[in-house]
Amino acid sequence: MKAIVNISLKAGVLDSQGKAVHHALDSLHFEGVEDVRVGKQIVLKLNETDKEKAMAEVTKMCEEILANTVIEDYEIELV
Amino acid sequence: MKVTVLQFPGTNCEYDTVHAFKELGAETEILWHKAESIPEDTNLLVVAGGFSYGDYLRSGAIARFSPVMKAVTEYANNGGKVLGICNGFQVLTEAGLLPGALKRNEHLHFLSKHHHLKVISNDNVFLEKLDNGDVVNIPIAHHDGNYFIDADGLKELEENNQILLKYTDADGQISNPNGSVNSIAGVCNKAKNVFGLMPHPERAMESILGSDDGVKMLQGFLNA
Repeated sequence: MKAIVNISLKAGVLDSQGKAVHHALDSLHFEGVEDVRVGKQIVLKLNETDKEKAMAEVTKMCEEILANTVIEDYEIELV
Repeated sequence: MKVTVLQFPGTNCEYDTVHAFKELGAETEILWHKAESIPEDTNLLVVAGGFSYGDYLRSGAIARFSPVMKAVTEYANNGGKVLGICNGFQVLTEAGLLPGALKRNEHLHFLSKHHHLKVISNDNVFLEKLDNGDVVNIPIAHHDGNYFIDADGLKELEENNQILLKYTDADGQISNPNGSVNSIAGVCNKAKNVFGLMPHPERAMESILGSDDGVKMLQGFLNA
């Protein structure tokens, strides 16, 4: 099983990189963009076959190291 | 007086830090991150600047799990004095020994220049040689120095005099180079034995090299 972890800055925490990308899109005349948030994706290949156990384990990983929950949110998708 | 300076793979300010404290008359030791204990005669533990583990994942995030960090946490919890400079500050926030987090600089540039700082709280061993309102000239060199803390956390910092330094101009007026909340350059923990700042006092030890304001900052630890 694979776990796809998407990490992004929390709403309310200014995303400078997102702002810069937004600005660049504007200069390229992509005008319909309301907001840009830049995050990162971490893909984990797991031995675990039980979805519930995998979710619990990856959540622990996110809380302990993968995300800094002072400034970041994370979403986990199992595939 | 013995100063122990931590060294992770990618640390690059440990020798400057050792040089600075030697100049002030301290005994020094560099401690590799595989160590599982802090030398018993340590009076001050410094987490030096650099790019531990290449800043992979987040600045300081991997260093936090180095073998030595368990001993660092224990040392700090027992009241031992810890100073984190630049990447060391990032490591200490990641480890939960200091509140808040360091984000990418607001304008995304790596900043490497001298900057003025104003002393906000001197009721701690680190800054007791300075007066509140004093302005010092200290180099900064960072990409992720944009200090973030939420509104409740900020209130707590202010109430407990945990904000050590703010970025200003030479006249002490706020001048924020990196987007830090309230222009914060350095903080301490509630117990006032763990200190962190992005600027590099160890690089401001001789006026011929631009500033010797770092001397009075680091001296604070020597009499403690």
